Amino acid sequence: MYTEKVMDHFQNPRNVGEIDNADGVGEVGNATCGDIMKIYLKVEDNRIVDVKFKTFGCGAAIATSSMVTEMVKGKTLEEALAITNKAVAEALDGLPPQKMHCSNLAADALHKAIEDYRARQAG
Amino acid sequence: MTHRIYLDHAATTPVDPQVLEAMLPYFTNSFGNPSSIHSYGRETRKAIEDSRAVIAKEIGASATNEIIFTGSGSESDNLAIRGIAYAYRQKGNHIITSSIEHHAVYDTCKALEKEGFKVTYLPVNEVGLISVDNVVNALTPETILVSIMHANNEVGTIQPIAEISKILQDRKIFFHTDAVQTVGTIPVNVQDLGVDLLSMAAHKFYGPKGVGALYVRKGIKLNQLIYGGAQERNRRAGTENIAGIVGMAKALELANANLEANSKRILELREYLIDNVLGKLDYVRLNGDRKQRLPGNANFSFEFIEGEALLLNLDLKGIAASSGSACTSGSLEPSHVLLSMGICHEIAHGSLRISIGKANTKQDIDYLLEVLPEIVNKLRAMSPLYNVSNERKECQTCTLKK
Repeated sequence: MYTEKVMDHFQNPRNVGEIDNADGVGEVGNATCGDIMKIYLKVEDNRIVDVKFKTFGCGAAIATSSMVTEMVKGKTLEEALAITNKAVAEALDGLPPQKMHCSNLAADALHKAIEDYRARQAG
Repeated sequence: MTHRIYLDHAATTPVDPQVLEAMLPYFTNSFGNPSSIHSYGRETRKAIEDSRAVIAKEIGASATNEIIFTGSGSESDNLAIRGIAYAYRQKGNHIITSSIEHHAVYDTCKALEKEGFKVTYLPVNEVGLISVDNVVNALTPETILVSIMHANNEVGTIQPIAEISKILQDRKIFFHTDAVQTVGTIPVNVQDLGVDLLSMAAHKFYGPKGVGALYVRKGIKLNQLIYGGAQERNRRAGTENIAGIVGMAKALELANANLEANSKRILELREYLIDNVLGKLDYVRLNGDRKQRLPGNANFSFEFIEGEALLLNLDLKGIAASSGSACTSGSLEPSHVLLSMGICHEIAHGSLRISIGKANTKQDIDYLLEVLPEIVNKLRAMSPLYNVSNERKECQTCTLKK
């Protein structure tokens, strides 16, 4: 039911963990629904220099989290904000239809982390 | 993947080679339509009636024609509940069932509610047990049917069916039990249980898929659901699945002949599994009752992780199991059984059902015990919920339902 790319990211997730003193942190989902994604960012000169994630969820939740971290490393914040949940799913060669909504929230977590970073900068 | 280990026997079982052998002639040489008058038809008619007699005897029915063959356990449940509801509607429109039934019963009751029937869904306690008092308290003058499963398919809890039937006996209320998980697994006798209707499915006891049966005590009216022929004494139209029916009878005969020895061995493996899982891992709980459960069933919840991710990892190691997580139930909600037991969503998402069968060995369980901790630890290391020093307490807000 999952593509080879999903299974690859599920089995060998990239950038798992937390960043101490992260510049931005974003979390979406809740435990009741069975999915939580949390993304940590390190930002330098408007560029994402490091990114890590922690995810509680199914295979698709873990694979999309891993994929989004790979996609944004080295990107500017504007480029990162342009990444959509759909683009993440496409980068994984697609997700089963029933997974498109409940488990495909990694880009949302990323965007929240960027918002958090910007709020901290402004504050 | 070097080898595969099947630990999902509550989902289905392989056909026993002796069962297959008994079935084979009925695909080729003995193929006549049992409704035909010629020798081909008479031959398969006899095979069906012989099979019916075997099944009647194995479950303690008093007459052969108390057995109706169907296409599945789900169909048997549908036929029992709808069949009674429609036939006795003028007597009353109230049905009592439980909140942990298989969807074949649960969804049928939900559908009947839309047709004007009133349904009471009895709660269960934290191990999934129905209280007999709750059944008594739910009875009304309108009650025509009580349907309570013999044992639960997810957590294996065995219900006090005989006790419930005692209180219904003098009240002229029909009692149905979904025994799909118990027939061929633990002793099932319709007289001892005191039920009026009982559902079963062949593929749960090493018989073929696509064939089930419903026991209906003599003298009970039942509206048919499938029209188009006089088969099964006008209660289930359609040309009979002869090979399937023959296979079902053979499978039940074999299962019951070896029931004591198999269940003893399977129970030992289960106890060994439960002891080791609870002993080796932290933040794990056993769902359901430790004692009053099906011999092959073990259902755990691993906190901080999600069931589908756990199943996928086990599958990568060659182990087949099942979960009550939302992702595996095909909806956004985790198992209604676990939720009814008062287990909070978060914990229900991390459930794992292991169901042991007759071919499993201690080596199989040892292999599971070898790979399970590393999988659980890997997923926990990835989980934002897993933080021993600063544990989240979402579950504390979760209260026992009803």
